[in-house]
Amino acid sequence: MQTNFTDAQLRDPDTSVANQILRTCVHCGFCTATCPTFVLLGDELDSPRGRIYLIKDMLETGRPATEEVVRHIDRCLSCLSCMTTCPSGVHYMHLVDHARTYIEATYTRPLHDRALRAVIAAVLPRPGLLRLALRGAKLARPFARALPRKGVLANRLRALLKLAPASVPPASPIEIPASHPAVGTRRGRVALLAGCAQQVLDPAINEATIRLLTRMGVEVVVADGAGCCGALAHHMGRHDPAMASAAANIAAWSREIDGAGLDAIIVNTSGCGTTVKDYGFMFRGAEPGLRAQAEKIAALTLDISEYLGRIGYAPTRPAPGLTVAYHAACSLQHGQKVVNEPKTLLRKAGFVVKEPADGHLCCGSAGTYNLMQPEIATRLRARKLDTIRATGADLIAAGNIGCMTQLAGDAMPVVHSIELLDWMAGGPAPEGITPKSA
Amino acid sequence: MIAQPEPKQAVMARRDAIIAGLRKLVPETGVIGDPLRLKPYETDGLSAYRQVPLAVVLPETTEQVAAVMAFCHREGVRVVPRGAGTSLSGGALPMADSVVVGLMRMNRILDIDYADRCAVVQAGVTNIGITQAVQAEGFFYAPDPSSQLACMIGGNVNMNSGGAHCLRYGVTANNLLGLRMVTVDGEILDIGGAHLDAAGYDWLGLMTGSEGMLAVVTEVTVRILRSPEGARAMLAAFKANEIAGACVDAIIGSGIIPVALEFMDRPAIHACEAFAHAGYPLDAEAMLIIEVEGSIAEQDYMLDRIRDICNRFDPVSIKVSQSAEESLAIWKGRKGAFGAVGRISPDYLCMDGTIPTSRLAEVLGRIGEMSAACGLQVANIFHAGDGNLHPLIMFDANDPSSFHKAERFGADILKLCVEVGGCLTGEHGVGVEKRDLMGVQFSEIELEQQRRVKSAFDPQWLLNPSKVFPLKPELPRAA
Repeated sequence: MQTNFTDAQLRDPDTSVANQILRTCVHCGFCTATCPTFVLLGDELDSPRGRIYLIKDMLETGRPATEEVVRHIDRCLSCLSCMTTCPSGVHYMHLVDHARTYIEATYTRPLHDRALRAVIAAVLPRPGLLRLALRGAKLARPFARALPRKGVLANRLRALLKLAPASVPPASPIEIPASHPAVGTRRGRVALLAGCAQQVLDPAINEATIRLLTRMGVEVVVADGAGCCGALAHHMGRHDPAMASAAANIAAWSREIDGAGLDAIIVNTSGCGTTVKDYGFMFRGAEPGLRAQAEKIAALTLDISEYLGRIGYAPTRPAPGLTVAYHAACSLQHGQKVVNEPKTLLRKAGFVVKEPADGHLCCGSAGTYNLMQPEIATRLRARKLDTIRATGADLIAAGNIGCMTQLAGDAMPVVHSIELLDWMAGGPAPEGITPKSA
Repeated sequence: MIAQPEPKQAVMARRDAIIAGLRKLVPETGVIGDPLRLKPYETDGLSAYRQVPLAVVLPETTEQVAAVMAFCHREGVRVVPRGAGTSLSGGALPMADSVVVGLMRMNRILDIDYADRCAVVQAGVTNIGITQAVQAEGFFYAPDPSSQLACMIGGNVNMNSGGAHCLRYGVTANNLLGLRMVTVDGEILDIGGAHLDAAGYDWLGLMTGSEGMLAVVTEVTVRILRSPEGARAMLAAFKANEIAGACVDAIIGSGIIPVALEFMDRPAIHACEAFAHAGYPLDAEAMLIIEVEGSIAEQDYMLDRIRDICNRFDPVSIKVSQSAEESLAIWKGRKGAFGAVGRISPDYLCMDGTIPTSRLAEVLGRIGEMSAACGLQVANIFHAGDGNLHPLIMFDANDPSSFHKAERFGADILKLCVEVGGCLTGEHGVGVEKRDLMGVQFSEIELEQQRRVKSAFDPQWLLNPSKVFPLKPELPRAA
């Protein structure tokens, strides 16, 4: 597609990258069909092609972002379904990330929007604060009814309260940086991204990961100094805090690489995995030493399902007679193109695996999207749950805490795939799950 | 930029009033009037031509479409219908004084009748959406344009779209049973119905391929077919485009009609393989995708006969798909081919001429010579069995001279198609892209007769008036 940047504009490295991405797009429109917001809203402006065009115009003119443009960019889930569909290979993720940073720099959001974003950015990546906030939200829940029925702010607060789990588990010991030694002969050493929000909302995921890996002979390090991957801030266009979080992780894992060495960096929250795998791009402008470290870490990073596929997973318990609806997290299927591994592992573990129709469509979680755009998120959730129910499965398995929180609260239990894999290989049964055939 | 009819100053001056009027007719989010948000509607799948419209309106029902049409008719406002905006001929290109009526919110399947094998769907349902709605019951909708994932049935009707499998099943016109449409003055009409061959004149035939110039289609009744027992694709690779072209003619000439017979040349093979990982032969100059269907025995018989013919043309390799996944990847590459060319060139113009298959080898050779002479690369990806060419001329839109060269090259290819006994467009429509070449195909008398048909439906030429016919200063004319 034709672009219209001046030479001076193109000297800015970020604009230059945006220009290259825009020139890859041939405006064929295939992406519109698999975009959840276009399917729901039926407006070119709420499709990837429409957003690409809005971003192109905004960047070419150098105009500050306006309310109209921001509205449509904000509605983008960043599910990256468009990138799976695009035959031309347009890197929509890098383009929309750049647009979000541009919006953050040139547009002043309404006060309530700024306040909500500031709270989310401050609380979610900090486990201690988040735990405190969730306990508060639980107490505040009965007051949700007192909120006005309409209005952006009321809807968002309601969404916030709704997402808070009914019980907040206590802090797990694995939050503390430590090395968990392999059982028996050591066959590998990996770092686990212990993450931020996930370990508060559902510490069982990290516990199952560590249990299974160590049992399989892999030493697991929760590195000192590593924390939030930066995705949260990154997707809100908050460039500096995102880079700071990422840099801290790079430093922490590089120390491990230089020390006892790492075979892989394991991520069990696919939203984070997509970002960590992109560290090389994020630090493309950094000084050469840091850039090389970032690239190395990005290359070492694997989703837990990819790693288990590589080292060879085998169950030890008899098949439980359960049918699992595998919910493909967008960050996993579109962001990382990890499509088959989780299903193959679940089948190997003895589960019957079913996939819902329209599996490529997002459930509406999309990081903090369900807090920012509750109406669209709620419609996508309902749609997803309908297709999942139609599979007739006994439970839902997913590889991303965001989706798990979004899909929870319906009749069907939701677990992380790793909890099922750990169970079938000798670990405890996930809470609320019992075998049918026993 | 492409020439457009002079905007009506009286309409431009009443812009705000017109937008306010439209807001009374459709839900709040269904009218777009601010310049920033109109910009993405300035173009479709042919992004070299652009024009920001006066307004965009997104109705949700046939009645809303009728209200919008009646309003625009009263106000003397031009209307451009739009589906998914995937047209490669600029069929949805707006005019500065026009209201774009986007039908993408009308995306519901209204009725499926398996006993009588038909489905009633709204115009904004995607082509593949129809098949997806009926495939669990073992049915499908046959025409399959490569953009079938995104393109909408209303647009398919208006362009009489084809696709890879039309060799066996026919194009949109052959799979259409009825239409609900809104006339330029807002009247709702039904033609045809859930039965073959309606009484009276063939209005469906007239509407199909009318490029949004006669009425706005809002609902479509299509024929659905039983899915075949099975299908298998064969990849046959050759040492030159002309050899593959001659092989196509030999297959068709022998009386075999595969369900699909597709052609790709070297640049296309490489671009598509990078996208689809289908195992295309990267060492070949040209490749045919030949698909047969039926029972295993039928497939084997047909594939053997086709293999024998291919072997007469000194093939580089012949490979038969071994699994459903492999077939899926083979078609994913073919269907995404135009977009995939975006990997090797920033921009392309896609031609759509149709020629007799006996002239394939010769025309492919001439296109190669023309490409070398003008210095622009071509990727050839097309429905070979139908003789429906799609040379993709690669150019750089940021270089104006490159674009003009591409336009001239494209015109020369289409003139060549007419010269050898073919026509300007197989399935993409004339749109704005081939408008000025209509004189190559038709005499002035023939064009005038066609204009009279348009005038009978739309005496003031308000509905998509800048398409299909060369612009004439004395337009519009009464019938």
